[in-house]
Amino acid sequence: MARLWKNFANGLWNENPTFRIMIGLCPVLAVTTSAKNGVGMGLATTFVLICSSALISLLRKVIPDKVRIPAYIVVIATFVTIVDLFMNAYLPDLHQVLGLFIPLIVVNCIVLGRAEAFASKNSLISSILDGLGMGLGFTWALTVLGAVRELLGSGSLFGYQLAADGATTIGIMSLPPGAFITLGILMAFMNMIAARQKKRATKEVRP
Amino acid sequence: MNLFLLFLSALLVNNFVLVRFLGICPFMGVSKDVDSAFGMGVATTFVMVVAAAVTWLIETFILQPFGLPFLQTMAFILVIAALVQLVEMFLHKTSPALYKAMGIFLPLITTNCAILGLAIMAVQNSYNFIESVVFALAAGLGFTLALVLMAGIREELRFADVPEPLLGAPIAFICAGLLSLAFSGFAGLI
Repeated sequence: MARLWKNFANGLWNENPTFRIMIGLCPVLAVTTSAKNGVGMGLATTFVLICSSALISLLRKVIPDKVRIPAYIVVIATFVTIVDLFMNAYLPDLHQVLGLFIPLIVVNCIVLGRAEAFASKNSLISSILDGLGMGLGFTWALTVLGAVRELLGSGSLFGYQLAADGATTIGIMSLPPGAFITLGILMAFMNMIAARQKKRATKEVRP
Repeated sequence: MNLFLLFLSALLVNNFVLVRFLGICPFMGVSKDVDSAFGMGVATTFVMVVAAAVTWLIETFILQPFGLPFLQTMAFILVIAALVQLVEMFLHKTSPALYKAMGIFLPLITTNCAILGLAIMAVQNSYNFIESVVFALAAGLGFTLALVLMAGIREELRFADVPEPLLGAPIAFICAGLLSLAFSGFAGLI
């Protein structure tokens, strides 16, 4: 049980794909103009991660080692196509905004990375939990980034206007440069928190 | 569409890395020194142009006539993966020197979202064959430009006194932000 929890929680903080491992950053930067877009992209990726991890884990003894990467890509592309068509049908507005980055989940290094590093070696339940943890870790990172950029760039949060009418907002935050700068600063914060945690841990060891 | 405008737009105004956020992984991963940044840029440009030509042919002569556009993502990514492998084998055989220079970067290109993004974008904008190839060339050169500029900045950063939590990736992202800000100055060009 503790091990399963560890599989799940790993992606949320210790190996958070965005802030700690720094993979799959293209959608992180591109779609986080608002918190809502961040959540949408995060959940779409989470779905693909869970499904592809589950299927690859089930097929791990069937897929020959030599052709494993193309096989993984086909599995991932299948689920991405499902998400793409589903969002196009039921969430057309979000699909419009995320646009190109939905099909590009195929080449998101997180998905292929977890398939190669985790799902191809672990049982079904562990792989599903790992996919869920990684997906949610990705989602919260995107949401935080989106929220910060939305708040500073247009003075709203999840579409609700918070800033007073006529208040000055930092327009650059909604533009591409704002994405890079916000991510850099958030990463620095995460590094600071991690460094502090580490310091506290070493203090406890030798009082 | 005017080919020159298309070229300028993909090269500077809508730079693939700094404005469209495609290919951020190699942008951050391979921009530690100018030489390897240039190698990666050239290899990517090469694959981009070939991939744009091949995916255009597949889209026009296979996917559209047979009503299979829903297979686009899967068909394109497989073609790109196979293409990268083929280019690698071809270079290995015909030009060992070039292979040695580009070799280590080639496998990484398969998962570069700029290639797939480019192929899908060319279809969405319904470019013809020539336009697709010009678009790919400009995108590749824009990618190379961004990579080399970033590598130059990061070489200088090594001697800078950076606060501890910002060391490494965070400061690189902030620099990329400033670079992107500079590129947004090109917006008035077209």
